Amino acid sequence: MESSTYLLEVENLWKVFVEKDSTLHMEDYLSGSGDVNGQVVAVRDVSFKLKQGEVYVIMGLSGSGKSTLIRCLSRLIEPDYGQVRVKGQDVTAMGLKQLTEFRRTQAAMVFQHYGLLPHRTVLENVAFGLKLQGVKPREREKRALQVLEKVGLLKWTHHYPEHLSGGMQQRVGIARALVQDADLLLLDEPFSGLDPLIRREMQDELLRLQAELHKTMVFVTHDLKEALRLGDRMAVMKQGIFVQEGTPRDIVMNPADEYVQRFVQNERQVSLLTETAEGKNKVANLTPLVGGKKAKLAAGSRR
Amino acid sequence: MFPQQFNFHVAPYVKNFVDWLYLAFGPAFDAFTNSMRTLILNIDAVLLGVPWWVWIILVTLLAWRLTHNVIKTLLPGALLFTIGMFGLWPIAMETLSLVIVSVLLSLALGVPAGIAMGVSDRVNAAFTPILDAMQTMPSFVYLIPAMMLFDLGKVPAIVATFIYAVPPVQRLTNLGIRQVSASIEEAAVAFGATPWQLMREVRFPLALPSILAGVNQTTMMALSMVVICAMVGAGGLGEEVLLAVNRIDVGRGFEAGWAIVVLAIIIDRLSQGSVNKWESPRS
Repeated sequence: MESSTYLLEVENLWKVFVEKDSTLHMEDYLSGSGDVNGQVVAVRDVSFKLKQGEVYVIMGLSGSGKSTLIRCLSRLIEPDYGQVRVKGQDVTAMGLKQLTEFRRTQAAMVFQHYGLLPHRTVLENVAFGLKLQGVKPREREKRALQVLEKVGLLKWTHHYPEHLSGGMQQRVGIARALVQDADLLLLDEPFSGLDPLIRREMQDELLRLQAELHKTMVFVTHDLKEALRLGDRMAVMKQGIFVQEGTPRDIVMNPADEYVQRFVQNERQVSLLTETAEGKNKVANLTPLVGGKKAKLAAGSRR
Repeated sequence: MFPQQFNFHVAPYVKNFVDWLYLAFGPAFDAFTNSMRTLILNIDAVLLGVPWWVWIILVTLLAWRLTHNVIKTLLPGALLFTIGMFGLWPIAMETLSLVIVSVLLSLALGVPAGIAMGVSDRVNAAFTPILDAMQTMPSFVYLIPAMMLFDLGKVPAIVATFIYAVPPVQRLTNLGIRQVSASIEEAAVAFGATPWQLMREVRFPLALPSILAGVNQTTMMALSMVVICAMVGAGGLGEEVLLAVNRIDVGRGFEAGWAIVVLAIIIDRLSQGSVNKWESPRS
């Protein structure tokens, strides 16, 4: 079966935002008879598939619909048409109970604004998802500590988020997502709020974790550099549609249209291209070896 | 002049309605009255059962915990001492028990109602005009039906105080719930929080500073009702003030007024101290 080879399948997904006094008739859009006044198409007939362990970057400017799209995947925003399947399970057809279970165990999300609980310590924040699942306090503390060690935050376990820098808060956000043990990670511009140096450090950190954990990730960003560094494959989104999909190399070398062309213009300096290509190769080579130390070395060399 | 032919009174209908209420639900009102009366008597007994010096020590210890400031610690106890000096101790405790029961009733109904307002725009729209009316209607007006339905004494006083004092805590609960950042709520939902978990783990705790500010406001307003409540025979410090007014006894009036102010200051500082404690950065 097809569904067994792909972890995430998105088929013909639509999301139309509707003003109060107009009603949505999906048929109008599906038959291609043009857009209706007072309705904004945020996601227009988007399809893509992800294999287990792939990092898929969705890149676009603000307002391109990328944040809406990633929220449609776990139905934080309800899509209007189309299907999302994870491990062959139809997410779009789930009832509330199933959906809650899906969010608890199958898909974990990292947010641009962290979304940490200010009244809970770092440890409690990381264990939050487990608490929702009803995991016993001892067990969830143990698992949270394991993940905190992975992201290098053991020293900060009992601090409150407000005492942490942006980068460290996002590490907590990542730890909170990892502790769920979900195969699918949804990252919505996780590093966009960080300054460039920290952003780079966090990208390395994510690559290092990925080399170890082989998660399947959907990563949303507006930063092409970030997309090139992290993505196995990527899509460029504009006004709700994928204007181009492919490997980062494809997109830089053969931009599909003027829009993508403008996007990649600044990045087409040879130096950077070789750097990313090298970086990717290194990660690709490392993946089977795992070994945190070697991965760290690789991350260091790319800095 | 307003034309005569438009003359129309709702007064008889209001009166009939209250009469009907009592006829239809008399036993229920009586049961409520009796249980409230018992509750007040018990709380009063506890307040009076604890010796005065224990109260002063407790207040001082609490003040120290909250302020760690010598003057702010010693002042509440000293002020409390003056109430005893004026011979108003048991009367002040009577007032305090009235305030405590009114505030408990306000919290028991106001906080859940405020949460409902925070969650639903419809409930919010329905409650807002009612709360506006409760806050602007002169308290004497609802003191009359309260008296008819709940007898004379402390219970109508509590009902009237509840009507007067519940709006702040209900409004501030609503505000607190609405102020919770959408991104935090979204994250909780993304990790599989049910609506109930979202309320218990995220919305309510994050709204708590606002709710506590509402509790403080409600308590202050309850305390300011004591003189009016004395008019239906609720006793306490308000009765002292009324007696002083009737006898034009300036000194007696001052002492009773002083005692009310002292209670207000102590309750306000201590409860506000706890709110600040909650809001300040934890380490």
